[in-house]
Amino acid sequence: MTTTPGDGLEVRLDDAALVIDTLGRRCPIPVIELAKQIGSVPVGAVVAVLSDDEAARVDIPAWCQMRAQAYVGETDAPAGRAYLVRRST
Amino acid sequence: MATGGEGRESSRAPANREQAHVLNVAHTLSLPCPPLCSGRGCRSASVTPVGYLDAASAEPLHPAAREALLVALDEGWADPARRYAAGRRNRLRLDAARAGIAEVIGARPDELSFPASGTAAVQLGLLGAAAARRRTGSHLVVSAVEHSAVLHAAEAHPGEVTVVSVDRLGRVDPAEFAAALRPDTALACLQSANHEVGTEQPVEAVALACQAARVPLLVDAAQSVGRVPVPPGWSILVASAHKWGGPPGVGVLLIRKGTRWRSVLPADEREGGRVAGFENVPGIVAAAAALVARDAIAADEAARQRVLVDRIRQRVPALVPDVEVVGDPVHRLPHLVTFSCLYLDGETLVTELDRAGFAVNSGSSCTSSTLRPSHVLAAMGVLTHGNVRVSLPLGTTEAEVDRFLDVLPGVVAKLRDKAGVSEL
Repeated sequence: MTTTPGDGLEVRLDDAALVIDTLGRRCPIPVIELAKQIGSVPVGAVVAVLSDDEAARVDIPAWCQMRAQAYVGETDAPAGRAYLVRRST
Repeated sequence: MATGGEGRESSRAPANREQAHVLNVAHTLSLPCPPLCSGRGCRSASVTPVGYLDAASAEPLHPAAREALLVALDEGWADPARRYAAGRRNRLRLDAARAGIAEVIGARPDELSFPASGTAAVQLGLLGAAAARRRTGSHLVVSAVEHSAVLHAAEAHPGEVTVVSVDRLGRVDPAEFAAALRPDTALACLQSANHEVGTEQPVEAVALACQAARVPLLVDAAQSVGRVPVPPGWSILVASAHKWGGPPGVGVLLIRKGTRWRSVLPADEREGGRVAGFENVPGIVAAAAALVARDAIAADEAARQRVLVDRIRQRVPALVPDVEVVGDPVHRLPHLVTFSCLYLDGETLVTELDRAGFAVNSGSSCTSSTLRPSHVLAAMGVLTHGNVRVSLPLGTTEAEVDRFLDVLPGVVAKLRDKAGVSEL
């Protein structure tokens, strides 16, 4: 995975229809919260998961692959990192 | 103790040697009787505790090793460096054990020495090979999925380390590995197969690239020795006896003739100047007994375990929703399989499976003190949580695997219910 923070992403944190704050919470909580809440945005919208757990960097893209959602990439956030996912289904 | 399916705990001491032999897995596997067996009334039963599925951490002591260890503890105490009869006899024991292990691995006896653990073997091998090539350079090349012992030893070496990435199955690309080699590369390190997911590495192809670049290659074969043939081409090879059914305290360090190596520790005349201190002759003799006994049946046992692991690989995704079986399905260790259960914490799974009578390990460490995901799973880009590694010790039966497959779906469902993630 060679995603450069914030660079070259088609969307930014400001574009997210929903921001899920999981700062301070350990895996698999960030992925669980993403799974619980992604249904609340329309198909095509972007959800951002804020996390300071290193595992999220691997687990969120892996979840997207298992659930046929589109992983956009990671970017800077005021705290931790923001992982962006576009709802595809 | 009655034979059969009950009371097979190895912790219960048998009252005499015949009873010890009743507990002998050797008979299940048609091994020759251990030296002290009377041969009378031998019936087969495994010494492995029921439900033990973590051979990749530690293989239960092989019965042949146990027999050899008991004898060697009584008789093998003398200093093998001394010239009197007891010392000379112990030198013969040590030489025979060294020759036996070297032959199984495919090496010369004088290439083999015995540090106190696999980790110590890695440290001596890696740092010693790098130190001997200091004039060439200090650059190291390692794969991203090496055992932490290798990664930590590489960090301890003063020099740049290039980490070669792996694909989703956990394998390095030989071309990418070759491209990482430089004129100032002191040493390259590649495991024979991965300890967390079982994927075999392209050691032969990487070894050829290393030879062409005149870079020595250290192969960590801890998960392979005693189970599958060691791939050719290594300059330094490390392993650990307790992973093949030998006792703890016996590491394996092989340095090929012609490979430059210099001890980074103070010199000692023991073990060809490679490993300091009084040799653990009983442990080494027992390690050799286990390896030679295993080697005789290794191909058959690997084929048998491969079928059982295939069964787990196929059945788990059918029985449990939202599971990812990771690692290479074909080019892999025969005895090891890993899968990850979405939304669950690996350590909770391990605890709950332990309650249900199964000992397995997890690469996930969500709640552990390190708070870091498994570097192997992360390098592969697969789920790092909810991870379960199953690794079969010698003689695991189909019935035991089926019992695990019966229990697993209920355990996962219960934990998902409890976490409120069943409907996700």
